[in-house]
Amino acid sequence: MCRMSDLQQAVLAQNDTGAEVLRAELRERGLLLVNLLSSPGSGKTALLEAELTLARERGVPVAALSADLATENDAARLARSGAPVKQALTDGLCHLETRMLARHLVQWPPAGTRVLFVENVGNLVCPAAYDLGETLRVTLASVTEGEDKPLKYPVAFGLAQLVVVTKYDLADAVDFDEGAFFANVRQVNPGVEVLRTSARAGTGIGELLERALEAAADPAAVHVPVMAREGGHLHHHHHDGEVGGGDGDGAEHGLGHRHEHGHEHRHGDLFQAIPR
Amino acid sequence: MHETSIALAVVDQIIRRARQDGRTAVRTVALRVGELAGVVPEALEFCFAQACEGTLAQGATLTVEAVPARACCSACSSRWQVGMPPDLCCPVCGEAAAHLLSGRELEISAVEWGGEAVRVPGPEEPDPCAA
Repeated sequence: MCRMSDLQQAVLAQNDTGAEVLRAELRERGLLLVNLLSSPGSGKTALLEAELTLARERGVPVAALSADLATENDAARLARSGAPVKQALTDGLCHLETRMLARHLVQWPPAGTRVLFVENVGNLVCPAAYDLGETLRVTLASVTEGEDKPLKYPVAFGLAQLVVVTKYDLADAVDFDEGAFFANVRQVNPGVEVLRTSARAGTGIGELLERALEAAADPAAVHVPVMAREGGHLHHHHHDGEVGGGDGDGAEHGLGHRHEHGHEHRHGDLFQAIPR
Repeated sequence: MHETSIALAVVDQIIRRARQDGRTAVRTVALRVGELAGVVPEALEFCFAQACEGTLAQGATLTVEAVPARACCSACSSRWQVGMPPDLCCPVCGEAAAHLLSGRELEISAVEWGGEAVRVPGPEEPDPCAA
């Protein structure tokens, strides 16, 4: 008997299949997921707090989930906005995976919430490899981090559907070369939009929320990065069901699943069905 | 260092396949890792041995085939190796690349099994090697 097996199996097939399932589920719930990636200290939380506060003022139901290795400090900061907030502790893990996130989304956020911002672990390497079922992936960089950040972390910036520059009020103070930054973004992700924001000065606040609402209204119009396109297809949409080599529970519960027959099931059950 | 999670995912899939096919030991695991997969092969090799420990893949060797990232242009049909950091704009006409031809792979390409194979009952995909 032959001792070799050709597998051609995607290593992260299980996460990717779970992400597809979650994306479809959230769509059923009318909830859009925004995945925010950045380095530690780039100002994600400050920007998010400002966005949540503005959304509350405008009467747009939003929520936020903040992932960190430890402490609930970020959730406490975000909760000041009055929006529903959850802290996910990864217990030392450097990134969120779909399975971990999905556990937090059983009967949360409250029905009627339109946008859920997920503040990923502050890290521009590991979280980039994990699709979380988001419809909008945002990568942030502060002006203090240097213009070459997109080149140093090409996958994080290359897979972004929106890039946000933070701490823009400090741009002059740190001689931020905006032209160089934009050119570097274009090199790894041509066509992606770049927003300028400052939570402190109030610059660009509300634009992230607007992009999220636009994505909710028309997901097909969201930028598809070159890096996410393979052979003219979205990398996301490659999985045909036989991935994972397992019993296929996750795949069978995939995109084709509709709730037309009006039954109700707890959405968390789906993720328990995905083999670990 | 998500290579630990990646290594665990690899071992998990191998073990599942082994159970399905009645395999009892693993000799080598071959991975294809694209330049833009966001994975450091050396770190993965380091984590792999640990992930195998105490499983039927214990002692297995990992081989990693690095896959260069290539892109193509729809405007002028050029194809190029994007390099690192990658340049995803066409070097000939400057247009945005249409898509990647390769470079995002993170897949188990092949497994060499050890020990004695035991056939397991139940419906399965046909083993191409069985003949």
